[in-house]
Amino acid sequence: MFNRQMKQQGVAPTSRRGFLKLMAGSSAGLVLAMNLPKAVAAEDAAVASLNDAGQFQPNAFVKIGSDNKVRVLIKHLEMGQGTYTGLATLVAEELDADWDQVVSEGAPANTAKYKNLFWGAQGTGGSSAIANSFEQMRVAGATARAMLVSAAAEQWQVPAAQIVVSAGVVSHVGSGRSATFGELADAAARQPVPAYEDLTLKQPKEFKLIGRKVPRKDVGKTDGSAIFTQDIQLEGMLTAMVAHPPRFGAKLNGFDATQAKQVKGVVDVIAIPSGVAVLANDYWSAKQGRDRLQIDWDESQAMQQSSDELMAQYRALADQPGAVARNDGEVSGALAGAATVIEAEFEFPYLAHATMEPMNCVARVDANGCELWNGEQLQTGDQAAVAQLLGLQPEQVAINMLYAGGSFGRRANPHSDYVVETVNIAKAKPGVPIKLVWSREDDTRAGYFRPMYFHKIRGGLDANGKLIGWEQRIVGQSILKGTAFEAFLVKDGIDATSVEGASTLPYAVPNLKVDLHTVEVPVPVQWWRSVGHTHTAFSTEVFMDRVAKATGQDPVALRMGLLKEHPRHQGVLKLAAEKAGWGRDLPEGHALGVAVHESFNSYVAEVAEVSLKPGGGFKVEKVWCAVDCGFAVNPEVIKTQMEGGIGYGLSPALMSAITIDKGAVVQSNFHDYQVLRINEMPEIEVFIVPSAEAPTGVGEPGTPPIAPAVANALYALTGQEFTELPLRLS
Amino acid sequence: MSVTLNVNGVDHVVDAEPDTPLLWAIRDHIELTGTKFGCGMGLCGACTVHLDGQPIRSCSTPIGYASGKKITTIEGVQTQAAKAVQDAWTELQVPQCGYCQSGQIMSATALLETNQNPSDAEIDAAMQGNVCRCATYVRIRKAIKTAAKELRDA
Repeated sequence: MFNRQMKQQGVAPTSRRGFLKLMAGSSAGLVLAMNLPKAVAAEDAAVASLNDAGQFQPNAFVKIGSDNKVRVLIKHLEMGQGTYTGLATLVAEELDADWDQVVSEGAPANTAKYKNLFWGAQGTGGSSAIANSFEQMRVAGATARAMLVSAAAEQWQVPAAQIVVSAGVVSHVGSGRSATFGELADAAARQPVPAYEDLTLKQPKEFKLIGRKVPRKDVGKTDGSAIFTQDIQLEGMLTAMVAHPPRFGAKLNGFDATQAKQVKGVVDVIAIPSGVAVLANDYWSAKQGRDRLQIDWDESQAMQQSSDELMAQYRALADQPGAVARNDGEVSGALAGAATVIEAEFEFPYLAHATMEPMNCVARVDANGCELWNGEQLQTGDQAAVAQLLGLQPEQVAINMLYAGGSFGRRANPHSDYVVETVNIAKAKPGVPIKLVWSREDDTRAGYFRPMYFHKIRGGLDANGKLIGWEQRIVGQSILKGTAFEAFLVKDGIDATSVEGASTLPYAVPNLKVDLHTVEVPVPVQWWRSVGHTHTAFSTEVFMDRVAKATGQDPVALRMGLLKEHPRHQGVLKLAAEKAGWGRDLPEGHALGVAVHESFNSYVAEVAEVSLKPGGGFKVEKVWCAVDCGFAVNPEVIKTQMEGGIGYGLSPALMSAITIDKGAVVQSNFHDYQVLRINEMPEIEVFIVPSAEAPTGVGEPGTPPIAPAVANALYALTGQEFTELPLRLS
Repeated sequence: MSVTLNVNGVDHVVDAEPDTPLLWAIRDHIELTGTKFGCGMGLCGACTVHLDGQPIRSCSTPIGYASGKKITTIEGVQTQAAKAVQDAWTELQVPQCGYCQSGQIMSATALLETNQNPSDAEIDAAMQGNVCRCATYVRIRKAIKTAAKELRDA
């Protein structure tokens, strides 16, 4: 099975069916480009393998110097999800490197070399890093290994077939010769680059690093030495803060910077398209200066609506049919003829990403082009946006990809919002490096939120309690409309990211219809860890427990019965339920709730144990999580991503919401946009389903099931029907 | 105006007003960037440093108050407890994005300096002021216990 998968990898990243499904279901799966990993070996065959630094560099991903370090260029952003470890593991495995000699480095922006093979553009998202790189990185490692072996064979005058490579040492038993990679690097660079067809990748039973726990390669995170955008210090650099309009859609009329300029350290104050920028020698001076700006905003065209009014409009719209995303059977007839119809409505607020590192970026513009320092997540898009702004070619925009202090989707902004804001300031100060820093308040209020949504579901049961109809209507803004992604993922008025998870409902319901109303609202929106699944997993999985109760069925048994065509859903559901001891006696005031959901081709089931607190409220005690993400490349990283995904999803389940008041964001910092803290973090156990399928992502799929699992546990405890997040006991 | 700050055992004369937050003196004037900016209101703990051994939020501590006291940042914390915490953090793969972890480590170290066998409730109380959006909390709890054991066994 696995071998077959491996061979198919040479043709497409997963099976054809899986690939198309991925494209349809992936939020960030933008450009469908069949860029074969094969091209890696072939394309580089023509170039010399010694780079400018004198290192052996057989391809875009591996550099080996005389210092015996193996430097792996990582094309994806490290934002905590472990890609510096994951991609390096794939290279090191096929290279037979010693893990200790491997160093991960951020790759430069270069779409031709470093594109996401699922997209055709360089960028990180859609939980695609391992999935799109699985063969590409192994080929990169195998290529380097083959050239090291050829070099040794030539030097030692022995047959290459007799040479063994293990833990970074190349050796020949017969002659007793051995050498390190560093010692062979120079000679290896003079070997011909082998053809893709001549490379043999390892069989899974030969793996020494893949599938094992290895130390992480995103180092420097325990001693303060890791460098984030916030930490960049350049000669002559100025720190910029921007005063943004107080309401979405407001424009600048004019400003008085007299007092601001009196602040020591403030260098200049300039108007830019997104507001008024204060430039200073340091952050505190910039902030003091900004606080003293007198700004006249034109609010005549500004948004005046509030969240409540928007939700009322959404609710009214949901009475009318929308654009059809899925239509199986004939749902209106099924519901009309049903013995029982269950109805449910769900409201979801806007959500901020609230990364620990507020948005920031460093840019320097000069006659030769532009250089950026950024936790860079969408190289191709940001290069294009900056090039357009400055009248340059995209390749004149150099990007230093730094660690990101979290992203959860935010730094992959299809409008390049904060990057363009930085460059707008930098272009006014040619040659001066500009560090844009947003305060927490700026970050919370700038938008690009997970959109607000309204869902309405009607389910029909026949006289035997069989689920015969499911009609789901979704109302909300489109994330992709007006972006470069629209052409690929908005079809017939349906933004795939608005309905994913509902339109892909796996349950066997003969009459199933999902439709959508896309509304235009001036609040900027964007993907937020797991995108559409953040709301569809909640509505669909909470609804399933309503069905279970109405029909007197056990929630796990009901789901298992309706998932017979979906063995991977069943696999994780069964495993999580078993590990949680589903059905066991629980202490008074405790209950279990379950949810299962596929996103980004990974399958996750979570069981939450929830208790009622004696003084009111509730506590999530423990979560059992089962994940099937295909072959597990880095089991420890998978576990950390499930833990983190659950914790991230608990914030909107328990406390986070952005509300709009007359076009302005109400919340500003962690006191009113509250997020999960350690005292509310449940114990978590993660179980990985053994699999020989091609690997899929783990950054996002842990998030969707947790809110419905908790809601379902509370429903079992209290009977309260939850219609909105955060969850509040009535 | 200038204020003298003793950071990691070294005196620095900082040209800034006494009400300037210690965080920005450390980051922008002394150029030690391991201490992070997260909220500016003492709500997230990313800027945690030790002031005479006590964990404080440097974003809301004026340099005028910190002057004359011993300031320790992530770059300078070298006690046995700090080393045990850092080792446990690495071994248990606590950091994900890593941005909050300097603050987490400073808070955890301060806890273990006075309590080498903290309960879950004591860990929660000591660490509640430190937000981690990657939600590495399960591992933080475990790593603090691992480090505590290391210290007790030492």
